[in-house]
Amino acid sequence: MSTPIILVDNLTKRFGDFTAVDHVSFEVQPGEIFAFLGPNGAGKTTTISMLVTLMRPTEGRALLAGHDVVREQGAVRRSIGIVFQEPSLDDRLTALENLEFHAVLYGLSAAERRRRIPQVLEMVQLADRANDLVERFSGGMKRRLEIARGLLHTPRVLFLDEPTIGLDPQTRRHMWDYILGLREREGITIFMTTHYMEEAEFADRVAIMDHGRIAALDTPEALKRQVGGDVITVRTTDMEKDAACIEEQFGVKVQRYKDELRFEVENGEVFIPRFVREFPGTILTISLRRPTLDDVFLKLTGRTIRDAELDEKDLQRYRLRSRVVRPRR
Amino acid sequence: MWHTLQTVYIIWKRDVKRWWRDKPRIIGALTFPVIFLVVFGNGLSGAMGPLVQPQAASALPVGAGAVDYKQFIFPGIIAMNVFFASIFGGISVVFDREFGILKEVLVAPISRGVVALGKTLGGASVATVQGTLVLLIAPLAGVKLTLGMVVRLWPLMFLGAFAMTSMGVALGSRMRSVEGFQAINQFIAFPMIFLSGAFFPLRNLPAWMEFIVKVNPASYAVDPLRRVVLEAQGMPPAILDRLAEFGLGLELFGRQLTIWHNVLIVVSFGILMNVLAMYLFSRQD
Repeated sequence: MSTPIILVDNLTKRFGDFTAVDHVSFEVQPGEIFAFLGPNGAGKTTTISMLVTLMRPTEGRALLAGHDVVREQGAVRRSIGIVFQEPSLDDRLTALENLEFHAVLYGLSAAERRRRIPQVLEMVQLADRANDLVERFSGGMKRRLEIARGLLHTPRVLFLDEPTIGLDPQTRRHMWDYILGLREREGITIFMTTHYMEEAEFADRVAIMDHGRIAALDTPEALKRQVGGDVITVRTTDMEKDAACIEEQFGVKVQRYKDELRFEVENGEVFIPRFVREFPGTILTISLRRPTLDDVFLKLTGRTIRDAELDEKDLQRYRLRSRVVRPRR
Repeated sequence: MWHTLQTVYIIWKRDVKRWWRDKPRIIGALTFPVIFLVVFGNGLSGAMGPLVQPQAASALPVGAGAVDYKQFIFPGIIAMNVFFASIFGGISVVFDREFGILKEVLVAPISRGVVALGKTLGGASVATVQGTLVLLIAPLAGVKLTLGMVVRLWPLMFLGAFAMTSMGVALGSRMRSVEGFQAINQFIAFPMIFLSGAFFPLRNLPAWMEFIVKVNPASYAVDPLRRVVLEAQGMPPAILDRLAEFGLGLELFGRQLTIWHNVLIVVSFGILMNVLAMYLFSRQD
């Protein structure tokens, strides 16, 4: 293995009593697409904030392209590009002006700017909109422009924090074409966070994060193999009794989730007819599917990403009650 | 070094461009002074009469150096426009935070102090232009414009603007929400400009008020503007040297301040605030 481009060792961030990131360790290889998958509030953004030098770790250390994120901020900042979760463009400036602003902040010479700006605009297909004010752009266009900006100073690692949040499915797919093409063309390392499991599938390796910890870290295929075979979901008339019955009769581990029973079997297509024949209770519905990363998450944490998200929303709603809602421009 | 200068320049340029594209703000910067001058100027000048009684200054022809209230508040209105634009320019750090642009700047490989400086210069430039806009309504105030006056007003406006924008950046660096902007306006900006001698002569004031006026740094930005404007109206030097007697000039420890005294105070305050702004701006997460 080559030297990792990102090395994280026992990274921890505490806010008072609350531990947002709890002794996280991992490595990312050059050219890899590495994803953090987990619900909002799992500590993904906090981890990124520490890696991009916006937050100081409480404990542990992280090296980016060989530079310490606390002691060598300048060197780290020059080697990374970032697309934040929230928009960070100046929409009173044109696309070109936004890129120029960035280029100057990153110390690109006038010659480099002239060469590189049209290049990145072309890459995200915004060359014809270069002189339009960003406030006239759609959400997808703004995102693309942010990616172009993140690449402008030819960083070695591009951080994408929830890059497709708030985008429609079609735009989201387009974004992914860009991101995958980007790796091909620029050979760049991509570090991303997402709470869409379908998106994490695009990554070479996925770290599943929950409550500030990495619950599992592997390729998407290997993670799904952990689930073991196919996922069967049944609804029956008497969940309590039937759960125990299925475990006993078919030798599987049943997980009760809301009004469904879930379990994993090898060869699901063959299992279903046998199950229907031999199961003594009343089956209301039955379904079979290949495992997804959400199943992996469920297996590891006992809840789905969506659930974890809802918990978090309740918490946020609670926090909001005591605060005035911010006006939007 | 070159990178630093370019960074200051691009941040300055961004704020100037944003201002130029924000037409309602420019129109507001023009109409508010007009309303002020027309309503307060006309409303009060009749009641107050001439503010300098030439016969009081011996050996001068009666009528020489007469100043009416409209001419008196004209430099005050210039100061007000500069002042509010400065505070707004500085506090716009909070808007940058709210709309996400600040993050992009904070992760760039540049010193944050430099960012704060660029922001201050941008805000101060815009404020100077907004102050200059007031000169367009000089005829309404019965003030005659001379080239010398305008050329002398510019650096004075800019220095005041620099000091106040620095204060705004310092305040903005510590604020987490845009709601705080309103509070700053009401509890800091309005009292500062109202108690700076911009709108009333500093004569026969209650002692506490006089004290506040004298510790208020904004007073020292208003005073030189007034002196330059009055001088350009052909006021005799004998009266100019005794402006404080009529409440038209600032007096400190029994001596009337010259323009240079004022500049010294404003620049000192400006440097102090700018250092504070750079420090606070650098320390945010």
